[in-house]
Amino acid sequence: MSTDNRPLSPHLQVYRLPLTVVLSITHRLTGVFLALGTLMIVWILVAAASGPDAYGFAHGFTASWFGQLLFLSWTYALFFHLCNGIRHLVWDTGHGFELSAIDTSSWLVLIISVLLTALVWIVVLMTKGGV
Amino acid sequence: MSLRTPLSRAHGLGSAKEGVSHWWAQRLTSIALAPLVIWFAFSIAMLSNMEYATLLNWIQSPFNTVMLILMTIAGFYHMQLGLQVIVEDYVHSEWLKFSSIMLINFACIVFAVASIVAVLKISI
Repeated sequence: MSTDNRPLSPHLQVYRLPLTVVLSITHRLTGVFLALGTLMIVWILVAAASGPDAYGFAHGFTASWFGQLLFLSWTYALFFHLCNGIRHLVWDTGHGFELSAIDTSSWLVLIISVLLTALVWIVVLMTKGGV
Repeated sequence: MSLRTPLSRAHGLGSAKEGVSHWWAQRLTSIALAPLVIWFAFSIAMLSNMEYATLLNWIQSPFNTVMLILMTIAGFYHMQLGLQVIVEDYVHSEWLKFSSIMLINFACIVFAVASIVAVLKISI
């Protein structure tokens, strides 16, 4: 049996991934990232319940520039996962599968998730009057 | 001639042998989480850098207590479902798949209970 003419799956090293594919795997990656980041939030809650010393230790990390950077990326991952998740829910109803609609919604997800992340951190920095 | 209804005979014959409960639970939790995470994103940006007394005060507000617990339940449930699918997609060794899924289930329950107890201990 000849196997020469079988369709091949995309050769990932030379194939330029369509935006939809990038968003699809990013949805999964942000999901895993959110799961890992949740442990940091559980740490804050458990430390706060354990007393000022335990919380002081956790706070030393979460309030550091690296901790804050993690929380900034965590909120971005959260909004990406939310926006793309809503796109999935729309797809579940059978709508939005035309190529043009998929392209539009891809860009909407990217733009809205960045805007929401910026909005959250600007509001928080303003209400606190600076970090 | 069988006395079983056509529905009863069809039950459990899908490829997954369990119908769509996993898929459906994932959708339900995602709908529940949509409003919760918008509140949570603002909250986490604030409480990630709060002083001890301010944080305790914040958690003790009844609204925040309720929202935190709802968020914990829906969030960890959704997380368990999602991580399970990832394992099922990429892990093909049967025992490794089984033990990873079991570990994910246990870990999600442990962390969810720890969060809820912590929130209640602070707020009550």
